[in-house]
Amino acid sequence: MNLFTQHLLSLLVWLPILGGLVLLVIGDDGNARSVRAGMMRMSALLITLLTFVFSTAMFAGFDNAEPGMQFIERLDWIPVINAYYYLGIDGISAPLILLTTFITPLVVIAGWDSIKSRPAQYFAAFLFLEGLMIGVFAALDGLLFYVFWEAMLVPMFLIIGVWGGERRVYATVKFFLYTFLGSVLMLVAFIYLFGKTGGFDLLGFMNVPLSMTAQKLIFLAFLAAFAVKVPMWPVHTWLPDAHVEAPTGGSVILAAIMLKMGGYGFVRLSLPIVPDGSAYFANFVIALSLIAVVYIGFVALMQKDMKKLIAYSSIAHMGFVTLGFFLVWSISSGTGAALGISGGMVQMVSHGLISGAMFLCVGVLYDRVHSRQIADYGGVANTMPTFAAFMVLFSMANAGLPGTSGFVGEFMVIIASFKANFWYAFLAASTLILGAAYTLWMVKRVLYGEVANDNVAKLEDLNTREFVVLGVLAVSVLLLGLWPAPLVEMMNTSIETLLAQIAQSKL
Amino acid sequence: MMLNYYLIIVLAPLAAAVIAGLFGRQIGRAGSHWLTILAVGISCALSILVLKAMFWDGAASENISLYTWAVTDGLHMEVGFLVDRLTALMMVVVTFVSLMVHIYTIGYMHDDPGYQRFFSYISLFTFAMLMLVMSNNFLQLFFGWEAVGLVSYLLIGFWFKRESAIFANLKAFLVNRVGDFGFILGIAAVVMFSGSLDYAIVFAAAENIAGQSVEVVPGSMWNAMTLICILLFIGAMGKSAQAPLHVWLPDSMEGPTPISALIHAATMVTAGIFMVARMSPLFELSETALAVVITIGAITAFFMGLLGIVQNDIKRVVAYSTLSQLGYMTVALGASAYSAAIFHLMTHAFFKALLFLAAGSVIIAMHHEQDIRKMGGLRKYMPITYWTALVGSLALIGFPGSSGFFSKDLLIEAVKESHWHGQGAVYWIAYLSVLLGVFVTALYSFRMFFLVFHGEGRMDADTKSHLHETPWVVTAPLILLAVPSALIGWFTAGPVLFEGYFGTAIVVAPEHDVLRHLGEHLWHGSWALVKHIYVSPAFWLAASGALVAWFLYLRRPEVPAMIEAKVSGLHQLLVNKYYFDDLYIKGFAFWGRAFGRFLWQKGDQLIIDGVLVNGTARTVGKLADVMRQLQTGYLYTYAFAMIIGLTALLSWLIWFR
Amino acid sequence: MIGLHHYLVVSAMLFVLSIAGIVLNRRNLILLLMCIELMLLAVNFNFIAFSRHLGDDTGQVFVFFILTVAAAEAAIGLAILVVLFRNRRSINVQDMNEMKG
Repeated sequence: MNLFTQHLLSLLVWLPILGGLVLLVIGDDGNARSVRAGMMRMSALLITLLTFVFSTAMFAGFDNAEPGMQFIERLDWIPVINAYYYLGIDGISAPLILLTTFITPLVVIAGWDSIKSRPAQYFAAFLFLEGLMIGVFAALDGLLFYVFWEAMLVPMFLIIGVWGGERRVYATVKFFLYTFLGSVLMLVAFIYLFGKTGGFDLLGFMNVPLSMTAQKLIFLAFLAAFAVKVPMWPVHTWLPDAHVEAPTGGSVILAAIMLKMGGYGFVRLSLPIVPDGSAYFANFVIALSLIAVVYIGFVALMQKDMKKLIAYSSIAHMGFVTLGFFLVWSISSGTGAALGISGGMVQMVSHGLISGAMFLCVGVLYDRVHSRQIADYGGVANTMPTFAAFMVLFSMANAGLPGTSGFVGEFMVIIASFKANFWYAFLAASTLILGAAYTLWMVKRVLYGEVANDNVAKLEDLNTREFVVLGVLAVSVLLLGLWPAPLVEMMNTSIETLLAQIAQSKL
Repeated sequence: MMLNYYLIIVLAPLAAAVIAGLFGRQIGRAGSHWLTILAVGISCALSILVLKAMFWDGAASENISLYTWAVTDGLHMEVGFLVDRLTALMMVVVTFVSLMVHIYTIGYMHDDPGYQRFFSYISLFTFAMLMLVMSNNFLQLFFGWEAVGLVSYLLIGFWFKRESAIFANLKAFLVNRVGDFGFILGIAAVVMFSGSLDYAIVFAAAENIAGQSVEVVPGSMWNAMTLICILLFIGAMGKSAQAPLHVWLPDSMEGPTPISALIHAATMVTAGIFMVARMSPLFELSETALAVVITIGAITAFFMGLLGIVQNDIKRVVAYSTLSQLGYMTVALGASAYSAAIFHLMTHAFFKALLFLAAGSVIIAMHHEQDIRKMGGLRKYMPITYWTALVGSLALIGFPGSSGFFSKDLLIEAVKESHWHGQGAVYWIAYLSVLLGVFVTALYSFRMFFLVFHGEGRMDADTKSHLHETPWVVTAPLILLAVPSALIGWFTAGPVLFEGYFGTAIVVAPEHDVLRHLGEHLWHGSWALVKHIYVSPAFWLAASGALVAWFLYLRRPEVPAMIEAKVSGLHQLLVNKYYFDDLYIKGFAFWGRAFGRFLWQKGDQLIIDGVLVNGTARTVGKLADVMRQLQTGYLYTYAFAMIIGLTALLSWLIWFR
Repeated sequence: MIGLHHYLVVSAMLFVLSIAGIVLNRRNLILLLMCIELMLLAVNFNFIAFSRHLGDDTGQVFVFFILTVAAAEAAIGLAILVVLFRNRRSINVQDMNEMKG
């Protein structure tokens, strides 16, 4: 192992954060069109691209067969309480890190022209966010995890609050309070576990015996943190508001990566640390997930705002993630448990790509017409044929068409849920109908038909920048749909490890 | 060696579709049609080679895994080809009809601005359909299944400015999705009971699966195989437009006519039939499922045919005819006469594609007028179209010697023999439906034929003056399709149905094997069958149907109106298509949206956001309102509070510690 | 004989007087300052008494510290008061309720 790979994770975490700091210090001159602002944009793009390149090095060096953690870094941090600067990844976190480094450059490109005020600070916020998000996925120390987890809220808070829409204050406060309330309880659980183990090592947490009551309480504390983040029904209402008010880039990051934190938390913390507690509440979580799929599917159908519609569809899709994770205990024999978990994981990655792409599509329209209302559009395909092709593709992916990534996770989860219970699968598969209904109905009203009004008539098709962003996403959505094996194989070993941990009672 | 063939067969149309789709502007109109036709032509030629190798040279079927899609949890999900005789037949049908439609499209879409896009779509469709039929596993089957659905969606809405077209394509996709909902559950069930997606493994495990049961509703055990088969069949119902999931097919006629011929008559809609035939090793093990299949098919065959009688849109008449014929195929499947179903599928693909293309030719000549009440007497203007349409219609009604005669007559005989369904309602519904359906078929077919080609010209003078035969790119496919429509039955009926052409591709339990029974007792060669036609009730029903059509629509054109007035209730029922659309649109769709609005406004906005989230915030606010009354702002109150607190603390320390 | 407890009683009386001054006075801010000074003096009183009683000089050292701090505090307090008066033309305690919730 050379110096580069030894500190690769630190590099991924701190490169964007330091870059953001530099951007912030240099700042822009308040004019989005100035050369200086252009330099800021360009350097933000370079930093994110560099991060992506480094993350591909991580992908290349990743050992699929290794059951434990890889790329481990461990330094003293706060020795008094045995808190370490402890980073490492396995097959569960690595794909999410790749997703993060992949999406962020696209978000930077997407915000190129559309951000008119304080561009340097805008891009700096995204760079901070990127580093912190990678930090969450890489942290193996509870305290470090918590610090990254909470610090992440700040740039997001600013992105929505400063560059957001009209009701941005309401949305940010709601977003912040909702997520903060949940994560404080997670801190309480960490402190309890610190009392038990004398440290914050997450891997240590996984091996400490806990009483049933303690497990139940810890599970509920974790649930509060992660359910809000996912978000699960009924703590989902911050999401549509936050999405609607956020600028396009913020929506993309929020949907593509921040929601994945919740799912990641479940597999990284809830399931292995409190397996018995998770088993106790598994049916409860499954019920909430299925409600999310069906209930939210119906709600999404009636949305008049495109971003709200996609936000609701995100909730429904994330329902599949939690459903897949918690099926483990319902499947009695044979294969299926790992299928559910890997299905949930694939669904997370795929949803990151698809929802990001959908929000970018809405962003393309919003930049031109400054409206998110479905009723303000109609017949867009007449004036923007290339855009329409992309949007139909992503909509189909959103509706879970085989051949696109949206199908892979849903398929695995439906198969796994059938093994658990026919009716789980029945309700989960209803997304085939509901997902197609709300997505394609929107497509019909926005893209198809005669040109609806003058705004639509004046639309110009995608420029090169937008074409590149959507094109890259389209290729990745198709690639993942036609050949998900690399992604799935990356996770298999780690999921087996996880299942072994789950299977071992900690009472 | 053969693998290269298969790859070329599948990938050539895909490559053409991608190039024509992405670079349509660069390669131009001629470039895109030449490219796609070339690609599909290669596919077609190689498919014929494959069929030849299978049929004449006796090549063994091949099961090749192409690449691993994903492996997790011991479940291998792969992409590969299973090419056996069933597949080979389907490949030829698909690529041949597709090729004809490609050529035809040059004429039909001549002036359309979306020319390249259209060619890209139909080539993509060919790719998807080939993936479907050549699949060796359920995953790829589902991929092809949905991909053809996608292309169908895109093509029905090809003219996306038309409100009716974009309504129809959404409807088609959603109704199909209802079927797919069952289909994916069926696949999940297959995985649950066999642990694999691979056909070969699943079929090998079939006996084992049939021995298991599953508790679907608490307290009632279902046989696992019955559950699997019914769920899979729900998928087939969606794709092959069986009642009650048939509503999308007539509306899909909003798409350009070549599409109606290719997708909504010849190939895609028969995917369900193909799938059930492919799954014959499973269906054979569940008589309950077969009873469901035969009943649904019978209902579709008869009642959808009736609707064809009252339609006035030329394409919709053919569409209802397609529904009815798909019902026939389904009935054959339910009677375990899978070969008969596939045989009818093949002949139907030829003559129904022919009829659609002929209808399209008429539509071109009529300047996109589709109402048959405004046509008439076209025979003298369009001789080629006339004769080919006649061939198609005769094949459809089963005129002795035509391809439809062999397939349909033998299908009906097979159903008649399927006594193993018991002599109860299922058997009689099935048998009477297919039998009476013959009369109905003849009636609507010749009603349309006479109204379009015979009698007085009812079009306006301007159209009339421009009437002429369509160009050769349109008529050549008609002729090329008319040949197999007329003749193919002669030399294929025997091998396909009775001489075990399908070999191991189709499995029939000995006690269900009606075709073997027919082969032993009825079949003495094609010519013998035609000679003994007078003993067949189907023949007399068809003849009387055509005769009635002649009487009602040529001889005494005023009679139909009188009949309509007499039985206006029935007429209304038919015109409104048994109110299925009303049920779905005013029922499910309306209440679904109302439910969505209720959940959103009452559930999300009122209860969760209003009461729980903002309610909490309001409660905190109210509490704070009360608390702040304590903050007088005067120093002395604070000092006083401090003293009280200090005193209280001191007293606690002194007396209670 | 005047013993420790006499001093303590005087100190307590001073303390209570100053508290009463703070709580009851609603007119003059200077009075508040003086009451605080008085409080500190009461404390000093205790320190000295105990220092004498226990024979430990540390208490008296503390008294010096407290006296200096009190002087400084009085100076600052008066300075604030002057500024306050300049701004508001009043040192009436009842007028000062900006902190009201």
